[in-house]
Amino acid sequence: MAAHTKIKSGKGYNVAFTTFGVIWLIVSFYPVLYILMSSLRTQDGFLSGGPTWLPTLHPTFSNYAAVFQSGFGHYFLNSLIVSVVSVVFIVLFSLLLAYVIVRTKNRAVKIIFNVFLVGLALPIQAAIIPVYILITKLGMYDTLGGIIFPSIAFGIPMTLLFLVNFVREIPNELYESMGLEGASDFQMLRHLVTPLTMPSIISIAIYQFILAWNNFLFPLVLTQSDSVKVMPLAVVQFQGDHTMNIPITMAAVTVSALPLLLAYIFGGRYIRRGMMAGFGK
Amino acid sequence: MNWQRWIMVIPALVFFAIFAIIPMCVAVYYTGLNWDGLTPPTWAGLSNWVQVFQNGEAWQSTRLTIELMVLCWITQNPISLVLGVFMAGKQKHRAVFGVFYFIPLLFSAAAIGVTWSYILNPNFGLVDSLLTALGVKQPVNWLGSPHLALISVSLVIAWQFIPFNSLLYQGGAKQIPESIYEAAKIDGAGPFRTFFSITLPQLKYTIVTSSVLILTGTLTYFDLIYVLTSGGPGTSTQVLAMDMYKQAFMNNNIGMGSVMAIILAVFGLILSLLILKFTGFNNMESQKEGA
Repeated sequence: MAAHTKIKSGKGYNVAFTTFGVIWLIVSFYPVLYILMSSLRTQDGFLSGGPTWLPTLHPTFSNYAAVFQSGFGHYFLNSLIVSVVSVVFIVLFSLLLAYVIVRTKNRAVKIIFNVFLVGLALPIQAAIIPVYILITKLGMYDTLGGIIFPSIAFGIPMTLLFLVNFVREIPNELYESMGLEGASDFQMLRHLVTPLTMPSIISIAIYQFILAWNNFLFPLVLTQSDSVKVMPLAVVQFQGDHTMNIPITMAAVTVSALPLLLAYIFGGRYIRRGMMAGFGK
Repeated sequence: MNWQRWIMVIPALVFFAIFAIIPMCVAVYYTGLNWDGLTPPTWAGLSNWVQVFQNGEAWQSTRLTIELMVLCWITQNPISLVLGVFMAGKQKHRAVFGVFYFIPLLFSAAAIGVTWSYILNPNFGLVDSLLTALGVKQPVNWLGSPHLALISVSLVIAWQFIPFNSLLYQGGAKQIPESIYEAAKIDGAGPFRTFFSITLPQLKYTIVTSSVLILTGTLTYFDLIYVLTSGGPGTSTQVLAMDMYKQAFMNNNIGMGSVMAIILAVFGLILSLLILKFTGFNNMESQKEGA
């Protein structure tokens, strides 16, 4: 900021901004590079192989092999099941309700919508103790379903708000003309609303997938066994088991973010739109 | 309303009621219990409330939560604004920068916590090695010092979320009409003047959006703190969410944990009500035409 107060030309202004942009590029991306670089070192190489902030001259994939041998393939699958099932139901339930909220003008529906809007303001942590007791009483403690059920519930408010905004934009004439042909609500939802809002459905689904994949609190509180462990929890416990073995832990970190990183490489624009989707149009 | 519409309402409503609304209400009841979660509970009345407020724990966690909010706002908002305005420019390289800025958002808080606990380690961490290379001899105990820990936590949060907020600002800055800048140029306004008289006021809705997200987000930063410091050293990073977790799931004190949970929920509600009242956040949709 100080730099461009001195330089009064438009060019100087740009130079100052670009400098700032480059500095943040380093701050932002260098730790990510550090994770990747470290994951390719050996433990000995990390401790004695010269400066750790440069790439190693002898990269090795042995850390990744070790990470997968310690069960990450299984945790990966658990995360995938939890995320996909949660997202499918979050989006399905929210879309159904969004349709009713847009199409029905009565008090009950208005109250229901307001309940979800208030729900947006309530932190998950505030409900986690009773959720834990409830899941235990339902016999779902330490199961993937025990993570999925509350995840669906807490994913709905944001998704609903987002979808309501988009379903609202569908012109009333389209409903009316379909209504004249005798279409039911389910038919309108299927043949009119879903195709027209598909881009927003995909965006919010991506956003919810990232949240579900990275969720930590529900698995931490609601599971304990290895067989139902999900990625974020696996990474933290892996670090505990391999204290001070940085390269292997960094490989575990990379594996935990792998699907999102790969997806970002191939469809970055959609992911960014999806992440932004949760907030403002 | 016909039966088809009721069928459409029911799944979302039932899930939300069972796993969110009812638990939220039950939490209020739990605050009155002496309970370890296993043996039968006994009724404790208001004693849990009296205890956390009298020994100062509730005040302390609330104060730390507010401190973290302020730290997060100070670190994230100005930098995001400048970055966002930078990215809104037309040059191609700016778009490429944005692609790289985004990557920290893909990592889970758990992965970031694990990574940064190494990066900030005072003995062999990356930051320490870089400081040593720059000639700073004294290692800094980023996470282990009570004075620095909360600041360090806020910096790690900033690292992850500045890219997100800068994307918001990029969107806002792109909507400022070029004609205003041209008019300012004709009037002879310098870049400094242009930034403060045009860019900044035009971004006021974005500043509100970004601030709201930072403040409400800070309330729920639990996973990162759990991994980085577990609330320590001492209680120096024991924000409300952390305190709740410790009481309920580490000390097995459901009643006390629920007290912290209710404070957290009330805090969240007050925050959103204040935001609604004082900023007209619900008028946000006007930001497009207001540009």
